[in-house]
Amino acid sequence: MTDKAYETVMARKNQIMSDSLQINYADFEGEGISFDYEHMMNSVAYSMDEMISIQRELGVGNTPIVELKNMTQLARKYDPAGKGARIFIKDEAANASGSFKDRRASISCYHAKKLGYKGVVTATSGNYGAAVAAHAAKLGLKCIVVQECFDSKEVGQPEIVEKARKCEALGAEVVQLTVGPELFYQFLKILEETGYFNASLYTPFGIAGVETLGYEIKQQFDRQVGQQPDVVVVTNAGGGNLTGTVRGLRKAGNTSSQIVAASVDLSGLHMASDEDFNRKSFTTGHTGFGIPFSTNPDRSDVPRSAARPLRYMDRYVLVKQGEVFFITETLAWIEGLEKGPAGNTSLAAAFALAQDMDEDQIILVQETEYTGAGKSVQPQLSFARDNGIDIYFGDPDEEVPGESIVLPKDPGLIKARDLDLNQPKRSRIRTALAQSPSSANFSPAEWQFLAEEINGSIEDVEAFVQELTGGA
Amino acid sequence: MVKKGEWVQISAVVLTAEQRAAQVPEDTKATPLIMWVKGYLLEEEAEVGQEVMIETVTKRRVGGTLVQVNPVYTHSFGRYIPEITQIHQLLADALEGGAENDG
Repeated sequence: MTDKAYETVMARKNQIMSDSLQINYADFEGEGISFDYEHMMNSVAYSMDEMISIQRELGVGNTPIVELKNMTQLARKYDPAGKGARIFIKDEAANASGSFKDRRASISCYHAKKLGYKGVVTATSGNYGAAVAAHAAKLGLKCIVVQECFDSKEVGQPEIVEKARKCEALGAEVVQLTVGPELFYQFLKILEETGYFNASLYTPFGIAGVETLGYEIKQQFDRQVGQQPDVVVVTNAGGGNLTGTVRGLRKAGNTSSQIVAASVDLSGLHMASDEDFNRKSFTTGHTGFGIPFSTNPDRSDVPRSAARPLRYMDRYVLVKQGEVFFITETLAWIEGLEKGPAGNTSLAAAFALAQDMDEDQIILVQETEYTGAGKSVQPQLSFARDNGIDIYFGDPDEEVPGESIVLPKDPGLIKARDLDLNQPKRSRIRTALAQSPSSANFSPAEWQFLAEEINGSIEDVEAFVQELTGGA
Repeated sequence: MVKKGEWVQISAVVLTAEQRAAQVPEDTKATPLIMWVKGYLLEEEAEVGQEVMIETVTKRRVGGTLVQVNPVYTHSFGRYIPEITQIHQLLADALEGGAENDG
């Protein structure tokens, strides 16, 4: 019988990954810490035409873009004359299971089916589980979703509890766990036991699947609006949404839109803490994922992550929980669109950013998601209040994650707070230095790789290295 | 009494507090990693609290403590939150002013 003790299963990680993915990651490894990202994306993923065709069959993509005229009008009340860009959303809630995650899951499930797997397993507490369940159902694959759901008192975050219901409604087996990173251990055991495909969020298929989103944006704005968005705001967590969207935009010929990442500020809360687990009102799109996955993308559940957001972002802004709740209610009340928290994180940022842009400019929020019992503002605020979180109207800058949710007493107080991009870039180089046995004696290929990782030049990398090693 | 073939939920300890990974924060490390799964009861009959085997929708056989028969979803839209109605009022007021500016 196979030994299922924690250390022994973790020691078999590479073999389990290899059996469940059939991607030979060694093919893309380069000198030292470098690897050939584009080679991996080009040789493993599908072409744009193939992906569009797969997604059409599965009810994915071709989602509408909608101009938020009332939201724009509201934003213009708080900026100088002549300012206030037109705000648009791309309504990704219109996908099969209600979010952009359908784009990733559709390609992963199609690939699993093509390779002859009987089922798929995914480790996620979010929309991705529902998306994998939906496409597995349609393709006749079995589906297991492993989710972190409860704290040690068996209290579930309402959004995740709702997601379990949705996954089960779509035919999946849901394995629910208490808080902790050893979820990965349970995930590996199930992969090994079932021999199913690893529908990770971070494979090349998973990320390339989002490229169709960026591709559609370029075409829709050309056809329906006559100009490309000046700014595209993307909610950032694991980085796949941003990476895939920008790759798709670029492939379609848009090289001009400024790319802004947005996350909910949950600084101070520990993502693996049992006590902090139910003190946050957002389960994704927050800094607890956004920052670590930007600075160390290969921390994911595959050997090399295809989501590498730092390569594609021009700016990173933070918003507060209270601001996102406020803007979610605003979207429902003045635009007639009741949507979930993920896309509305970007919308809160866009509402503020639009006020610094000219009236003839366009800012696009590139996703929405479905909402319902558990995910919407009312259950989340009710849950927060039950957990002792102080909810009041004031200046959102006063908000302390885990202690308070401050709703803006005036819409003009909603802000997009810039995170200095040098911070995640420096952290990325710090990670590289820790991984490299040769320390700062990088080979030319490694210098080039790191420059690409931080979307900068070799001189930029050298400056960070000098700073971090004290100029030695 | 729960009979074979009934839809149930079980729970099981995946890792005891002592077996938890080194990198886990202290508060989490003080608790076991627990799992819940649903499926059809495989025993002829059982009571809540007993150790049982189930078959899940993917035909996996999983063992654990029987915790619930005919498990239900308990999440809801929560209690009334007066601040939400206040947001709506605030928006109505703000947009009224906006219309004037546009005029």
